[in-house]
Amino acid sequence: MNKTRASGRTVGGWRNLSLQGPAVTLLLLWMLVPLGMTLWFSFQRYNLLMPGMTGFAGLENYQYLFTDPALWTAMGNTLLLVGSVLAITVIGGTLLAVLFQQEFPGRGVARVLAISPFFVMPTVSALVWKNMMMHPANGVLSWVAESLGLPALDWFSSLPLTSIVIIVAWQWLPFALLILLTAMQSLDDDQVEAARMDGAGPVAIFFFITLPHLKRAISVVIMIEMIFLLTIFAEIFVTTSGGPGLATTNLAYLIYIRALLDFDVGTASAGGVIAIILANIVAIFLVRMVAKNLEN
Amino acid sequence: MTTARTKPLASTSNQAAIKEGRHAAFMNTAARRRLGLTVLGWTIAGVIFFPIFWMVLTGFKTEAAAIAEPSLIFSPTLESYTAVHGRADYFKFAMNSVVVAFGSTLLALLIAIPSAYSMAFLPTKRTKGTLLWMLSTKMLPPVGVLVPIYLLFRDVGLLDTRTGLIIVYTLMNLPIVVWMLYTFFKDLPKDILEAGRMDGASTLQEVLFLLLPLTLPGIASTGLLSVILSWNEAFWSLNLTSSNAAPLTAYIASFSSPEGLFWAKLSAASTMAIAPILVFGWLTQKQMVRGLTFGAVK
Repeated sequence: MNKTRASGRTVGGWRNLSLQGPAVTLLLLWMLVPLGMTLWFSFQRYNLLMPGMTGFAGLENYQYLFTDPALWTAMGNTLLLVGSVLAITVIGGTLLAVLFQQEFPGRGVARVLAISPFFVMPTVSALVWKNMMMHPANGVLSWVAESLGLPALDWFSSLPLTSIVIIVAWQWLPFALLILLTAMQSLDDDQVEAARMDGAGPVAIFFFITLPHLKRAISVVIMIEMIFLLTIFAEIFVTTSGGPGLATTNLAYLIYIRALLDFDVGTASAGGVIAIILANIVAIFLVRMVAKNLEN
Repeated sequence: MTTARTKPLASTSNQAAIKEGRHAAFMNTAARRRLGLTVLGWTIAGVIFFPIFWMVLTGFKTEAAAIAEPSLIFSPTLESYTAVHGRADYFKFAMNSVVVAFGSTLLALLIAIPSAYSMAFLPTKRTKGTLLWMLSTKMLPPVGVLVPIYLLFRDVGLLDTRTGLIIVYTLMNLPIVVWMLYTFFKDLPKDILEAGRMDGASTLQEVLFLLLPLTLPGIASTGLLSVILSWNEAFWSLNLTSSNAAPLTAYIASFSSPEGLFWAKLSAASTMAIAPILVFGWLTQKQMVRGLTFGAVK
């Protein structure tokens, strides 16, 4: 009995290893090799335009990066972008989830329409917004403004970061809606009904029943969005290229400029390390939350 | 409902009339509420969807009409579609997208199915840790490893190749695919596989003839999510490809240069680029939530 159990365990162990091996090995390589290289480069003098100048740089790259005002502008822009998009999508997503949970004719179709932008590739949404929506002369928004007797706005030159925020929020609002709508489905109808019987109005029901129920889903949305929003790239790449000046340069775009436009591998890698650290601060909370969920 | 209402009315008793009046007033506010909800719901959905609708519309305009004052009335033309198709390269970019998205998805499923199987049906003390570690690899911001991946790809000749993109997308989606499959496999009653094992099925037979057919809907929606994510990915495709392996995300990005600014053609190309994925998204929206939230919201 003991024997079979022991041998069974080792057989199982081998089986698990052979089944999980490929996935684990590949992910381990995918994580460790580039991570190690980024760390290594960040301490090296390494510029593709100056092949002669190589060697250990100590903290030089970090020093250069931290004394560069562009980094602080980029960090500020990153924070503004992440913060504004989060505020719009989470508040908007929650309200929309409540709305689309109510029954009305054609609700299914309306839901599908509202969720659609999430499936549009970022380069398409950015260019459609930049050209057809926000164009100062022929865009739909300026046409609307003029019809209302307001002055047309040149979005990308007068409010560049706001324009990017609008585009990104348009893509991520449906994500929040999709997740929160799903979470809403497990809301106990009887509980809502009981509260209504006790004379609770819709506002009270929202704050005391719906919102607490959605608490966990909302935090999941916040964390997942944060991880993606920290490194928004394509939307900036196709609309403003980080400009005018540095007005729409976020951390991801700054690293791209340093790496693939300035060929300064050392500084770009130091920036990469900072991005990784920032993302990990968020990631720790997300992983913890998922772990707690896994136990149930 | 109506019969119940007409009966007391016919009896013309006072009490019933009062009741009826109250009932009608209630119905009235309910109907008004419903109308308000309908209008609000549809208006908001319409506003959110509008840019997509407008893009589809613009794709059927002439370039002159596309750039003119916004208008719903125009004579539709397929000019832009034929123009985009006429430039033979659209097909090349679309082909790259198809090969890369489906190639990476198949590869990811192939690697993930055995892994998710063993995690769901042969769990050990380490299973949870492994799952969470896989999730954490997804948290690595791509821009943090842009430099090494770019240099590695340059050195081994993977820059601007479909193979290169397939490798990146497979690894990028592998954690999500493993997670999603794991949650679907977990939902399967254990007895079914147990019964198969009793009948002497090997692991491979068990997976091929029992697990895969039984969880096919779950596997399909996992695959679709992976296709969607790869199809729409625009960080690696913009940085690692230039012309040969550029997928549609990169092709559309080429419209951003001032000399390439043709709204009708941009719209036609964009409509074709997003249409299949939009349909996939509509089909799998419910199951997709699992994959996107790592099972934290079902």
